[in-house]
Amino acid sequence: MRNSRVGEVIVAQLIRVAGYSAIVFVALILFFLIREGGPALLEVPVRNLLGVRWYPIEGYFGLLPLLGGTLVVTLGATAIAAPLGVLTAVYIAEVAPRWAREVLKPVIELLAGIPSVALGFVGILVFVPFVRTTFGLPTGLSAFTGAILLGLIAIPTIVSVAEDAIDAVPRTYRDAALALGATDWQAIWRVTVPAARTGIMTAVMLGVGRAIGETMAVMMVTGNAPVMPSGLLALFHPVRTMTATIAAEMGEVANGSTHYHTLFLIGMVLFLITLAVNLVAAGIVFRQRKRAERILS
Amino acid sequence: MSASQRTAARRLVIQRLGYAGLALAALLTVAPIAVIVGIMVWHGAPAISVEFLTAMPRDGLRAGGIFPAIVGTFWLTIGTAIVAVPLGVGAAIYLAEYAADSRWTRAIRVAIINLAGIPSVVYGLFGLGLFVLFLQLGTSIIAGSLTLAIMTLPVIISTAEEALRAVPSSFRVVSISLGGTRWQTVWRIVLPQALPGILTGVILGLERAAGETAPILFTAAALFLPRLPSSIFDPTMALPYHLFVIATQIPGMPVQIQYGTALVLLSFVLGMNLIATLIRSRARARRQW
Repeated sequence: MRNSRVGEVIVAQLIRVAGYSAIVFVALILFFLIREGGPALLEVPVRNLLGVRWYPIEGYFGLLPLLGGTLVVTLGATAIAAPLGVLTAVYIAEVAPRWAREVLKPVIELLAGIPSVALGFVGILVFVPFVRTTFGLPTGLSAFTGAILLGLIAIPTIVSVAEDAIDAVPRTYRDAALALGATDWQAIWRVTVPAARTGIMTAVMLGVGRAIGETMAVMMVTGNAPVMPSGLLALFHPVRTMTATIAAEMGEVANGSTHYHTLFLIGMVLFLITLAVNLVAAGIVFRQRKRAERILS
Repeated sequence: MSASQRTAARRLVIQRLGYAGLALAALLTVAPIAVIVGIMVWHGAPAISVEFLTAMPRDGLRAGGIFPAIVGTFWLTIGTAIVAVPLGVGAAIYLAEYAADSRWTRAIRVAIINLAGIPSVVYGLFGLGLFVLFLQLGTSIIAGSLTLAIMTLPVIISTAEEALRAVPSSFRVVSISLGGTRWQTVWRIVLPQALPGILTGVILGLERAAGETAPILFTAAALFLPRLPSSIFDPTMALPYHLFVIATQIPGMPVQIQYGTALVLLSFVLGMNLIATLIRSRARARRQW
């Protein structure tokens, strides 16, 4: 009897440790990024870091072309994935007949399961030549090709979160609209979707977060050129994202060198960006839940 | 035809067009997926043979099989499971069964959201900094598994917690009223009921880990090894990294081997997905509450 009580306390403590491990890991990740990336701030003058040339062999550590590359590719991906994802979610939640839903949902889940390196591989062999011949470019390895692949990667997240949000709109809202003489179409766009808009925004934010952090597929099809993108046409030039830079160069740098520290610094920047995106997304959900509670009480 | 009838007819036309537009959007979303999977199966299937799956690579990876990459991914996935499953399920039990809704539990939730959003390549950096260099594990299966495990945690925690919360509270009330302690209640009553849901989450998390490249780039992966790893402190080849290497780094690489490797990786990952789906649907059919 006494034994089992002691066991009970030990198990409870172990479980508590597991529970708090998430916090420990986030702290550890931040600690090691700062520990390895912080020195870059001392070794490289800020003016250099904010420059437009990334050419580490000659001591140029300008982060702007990499930030620009990530920005162009992510914006392109969002422009593709947000409308397609949200419209697909509306279709699945509100319009699709049962059989179409049973086909669409698993296929989109399938997309979520395809490893990004496999998407990148198909990207090289299929999308790259396609983009080159369609737009008459010297090379199909471009930000646009990366944006297509990233769009595909962001779509499953956007569809599933947005669909949940639309599903969560109370049936009575729709019924009220229909009773007032609205068509189904009007009820969807003037009642259901506006009521779900915070959830839909969260969905897009989470999709954007995934796109920013994606590495392999982007690295394989964007041409790996750390050039400062300028203007709209930059979409059709080769670029290099922050994630791709880390993945491509970390294998070749000496541990403890300035280049090594700067790559960790890029990791720190990525960490902070995705943290901000995800906290904003989570904040939207939290606020929405609060409001729903207020309305219901 | 009266004015109101005309309005109604016009609205109906708009609705029909709108629905067609939505269906088109959905089609545009799924068509590329079907094309991508179709291409991989079509070109990859002819490459698959017993030799391809069980032989070592030859001629600078340009011939032979991909056996060491398959074995490596298998061990990395097992290693990830050994670390991530107890930790993740434990955390889920804490959140669902033990923790009160306090400031600290909210901090844990924020941490989990945060972990879920960290880019995979940043996990790779972290693994390099902590496991490979600081703890001096070197580029090894264990360093890669630990890195992948931390990346997989948020998926496992959130799906397992959801599965635990789905068990009706009457189960707990009955167990406690019969004199069961909290742990006995969790271990003998709640966990068995939530097991299918937890398993689904675990497999989905491991599926992601098995397909990831960026976290193992600097923590576990080797371009080519003449023999299989003999301990968890050895580096290893792995399917996703192997595909990356032969797709981008080797000039004159036969396309068939590339497609074959992609298909094996895809089957590995989607096979796990299929198992998870089967567990979920079987459990749903059998559930009594």
